[in-house]
Amino acid sequence: MTREQAKALIGERFSSAQVDGDAPTSAEATAGRPIVVTLAVDQWTAFALFAKTTLGCRFFSFSSAVDWKEQGLEVVARIDNLDDGVGVMMKARLGPGVSACPSLVPVFRGAEWMERECYDMFGIQFEGHPDLRRMLLSDDWQGHPLLKSYAVDTPHPPYR
Amino acid sequence: MPAWLSPLVAPFIVLNVVIGLVTYVTLLERKFAARMQSRIGPYRVGPHGLLQPIADALKLMMKEDIVPRTADRRVYNLAPIVFLVPCMLIFATIPFAPGLGVADLNIGILFFLAVSSMEIVGLFMAGWGSNNKYALLSAMRAVNQIISYDLPFIFAALVPVLLAGSLKLSEIAAAQQGLWFIFYPVIGQLAFIAFVVSTLAAENRVPFDILEAESELVAGFRVEYSGMKFALIQLGEYAHVIGSSFLGAVLFLGAWAGPGPEWLGPLWMLLKAMFLFLLITWVRWSFVRIRVDQILTLSWKVLLPFTLLLLVSTAFVVVWRAGV
Amino acid sequence: MLDTAKTSKVEFDYSGGERLTMNMGPQHPSAHGVFRAILTLEGETIVGVDAVIGYLHRCHEKLSETLTYAQYPSIASKTDYVAAMTSELAYVMAAEQIGKIEVPKRAQYLRVIMAELQRVASHLLWLGTWCMDMGGALGGGATVFLYCIRERELILDLFESLVGARLLYGFYQVGGTRYDIPDGWAQKCRETINLIDARIGEYESLLEDNPFFLARAQGVGVISRELAEDVGIAGPLLRGSGVNFDLRRAAPYSSYEDFTFNVPVETGGDCFARYRVRMVEFRESIAIVRQALDRLPDGAISSRPGLKSVAQIRIPKGEAYARVEGPRGEVGCYLIADGSAKPYRMKWRGASFSNLAVLPHIIPGHKIADVVAIMGSVDPVFGEVDR
Repeated sequence: MTREQAKALIGERFSSAQVDGDAPTSAEATAGRPIVVTLAVDQWTAFALFAKTTLGCRFFSFSSAVDWKEQGLEVVARIDNLDDGVGVMMKARLGPGVSACPSLVPVFRGAEWMERECYDMFGIQFEGHPDLRRMLLSDDWQGHPLLKSYAVDTPHPPYR
Repeated sequence: MPAWLSPLVAPFIVLNVVIGLVTYVTLLERKFAARMQSRIGPYRVGPHGLLQPIADALKLMMKEDIVPRTADRRVYNLAPIVFLVPCMLIFATIPFAPGLGVADLNIGILFFLAVSSMEIVGLFMAGWGSNNKYALLSAMRAVNQIISYDLPFIFAALVPVLLAGSLKLSEIAAAQQGLWFIFYPVIGQLAFIAFVVSTLAAENRVPFDILEAESELVAGFRVEYSGMKFALIQLGEYAHVIGSSFLGAVLFLGAWAGPGPEWLGPLWMLLKAMFLFLLITWVRWSFVRIRVDQILTLSWKVLLPFTLLLLVSTAFVVVWRAGV
Repeated sequence: MLDTAKTSKVEFDYSGGERLTMNMGPQHPSAHGVFRAILTLEGETIVGVDAVIGYLHRCHEKLSETLTYAQYPSIASKTDYVAAMTSELAYVMAAEQIGKIEVPKRAQYLRVIMAELQRVASHLLWLGTWCMDMGGALGGGATVFLYCIRERELILDLFESLVGARLLYGFYQVGGTRYDIPDGWAQKCRETINLIDARIGEYESLLEDNPFFLARAQGVGVISRELAEDVGIAGPLLRGSGVNFDLRRAAPYSSYEDFTFNVPVETGGDCFARYRVRMVEFRESIAIVRQALDRLPDGAISSRPGLKSVAQIRIPKGEAYARVEGPRGEVGCYLIADGSAKPYRMKWRGASFSNLAVLPHIIPGHKIADVVAIMGSVDPVFGEVDR
């Protein structure tokens, strides 16, 4: 499975997805560059399953989110095919005001903790997650810190 | 001397000597361990740290005695005493020199073995009375372990009894005038090894210290004790170790036998006991501990059949040699 | 924080067995940091684990949005504080990838030397603390711990003469490194690694000839290959489960392709396999340092001028995910830059966070004593887990 083969397979299965960004330069190793795939939200889990079964990307690296202010949130995940050295970076824009996304836990067990952290920091509700509660902050914390609307110096009550 | 006083003199002297010995043995262990780990050990308190045990004892005496609110007070308070008393009692039958001992019972070694098993009660009381899950877990492990290892301990200790033909410790010591039992071909060495292993386990020393396991149960059954009660428990533990070392010296290393005049006997006894103690300490600072189920496997599947076989074969050897 | 009352009740399950819920941590001698595991026990066997983390959360990701590219590398050390060079390298590499900034050869070799020395130092700490957890702070474990710390101090002395700090450095900057090695450092480095090379053999024989150690480590905490990839654990854990994947080989960064070294792989998947992987990694890292010192090229140590002001480095719009093979696995920095002197978003892919996520899958079925052995072999550093 080479990078080109993977790109071709993605192209035929997920024709609406946008594959890859700018060209590589000398400053980065081409071998490690991932295939960046921008998807619609409803294809999120389907693409992950496709990547795991067809592309052989069984290694779940991480999943996180980015807050693009007015344009809404974007979820990001990276999965790797360790044997062939092919990496796939999945992205999906949730749209302004939306904070729900299908969960990757049915496909990758490593998504459990990553998505809990995402929920903790961004408030994204992952549908299908078995145990969505806060990970790093205490259970009674108000607000989701990594959102751009959460000021760095937001006061919070002294800890009990 | 009034009639009621004279029987109390010997126990009084022995108790004081034992307590003094126990405090200084902690310093010996710390220095020995430090040298093994390429560092120095206590150095500042007194010349070369010689006053360190005194400082520790004073500190423990002055510490606040914190009792958990939900602890079972009577059991909690009694536990250190119930633990300490058998550990002190074991010194009753040990002969430090011919005729020098508190009580030279004709069931000397049986007394030692029986009484030393009583500290399990104190241990469990400590774990239960603390009303703490960790302490309880540790106490349950302790009962498990000590009971499992008391049997091989008894069998290993019975081998010198068979070889000497008497339960009386002074007679066992006297029977070793010619050849120390540890040098007895094959049987002596095997019995000694079994004795040391069972002693390690019965005293909760590494590699069998699963019940205190600092990195898992954080001091185990004595986690809720502080101040003088903790000092009593420590005292009891080390007294047991020393007591077993003395017993090992009597059973296997020839007690007071050694070159030089008769009156050097107790000194040789002390040196041999210290040698055993250092052996135990050496093992403590070299090995990692094993899990509780592995400990129990070792005891019931390996050590018990081994010591049983050893005892039976000793009996055969003794009868055969008597017949010859 | 979970309600304390919920965690201390005893419940009876349908088969009549009694289950005890017990807390392990966050203050615990072998928690490797602040980690709370709520264990559900049946006797001595664990049937459930709920891992509660976040005690060391310092919001690095939010913090990085307020600090410039010149300021943050020193703070990046605080994620994996045991192997601080690793995290700094990931951050700096991500910035360099976006800005398409070349790093001079000498700087790359220096980076390799520091990374490998850091790996040796980190593995020494791992070995010491793991044995201490298994053997007790007052017992055989402490002996190995003190020996390993003694060696680690030698390496930290090297770092101190280079950077000025023993534990948390600010050695990297975008474009290269900040400091060059002083005179005599290379010679001292060679002596140190020769000494450590000899001592590793001692530790191996001290531990592997000891049946107690083997009984504690073999067959304990088996991670299957499938579980390893699914959860996303990396580093010695992955290689101990039979996956031959090392970032230094698969996606070489910073001139790693110039060096010859072996990547140890074991198929056992248990604590002993991970131990063997790390012990071989010691020797391989020392070999890499020797090669790098021998072939260290002359030249500049940075393609950017020295740092004079905090807003000096501006990275154009773009994003990159830079991965580094740290002692614990894949440390990654996903950086989104927006053209200013501060990043727009930075995500740490902490190696220990993913490694720790495997615990709830492998611990049930073991005894309490195994939890410390497994945690030690997973080797988490909570700065990375909680960030």
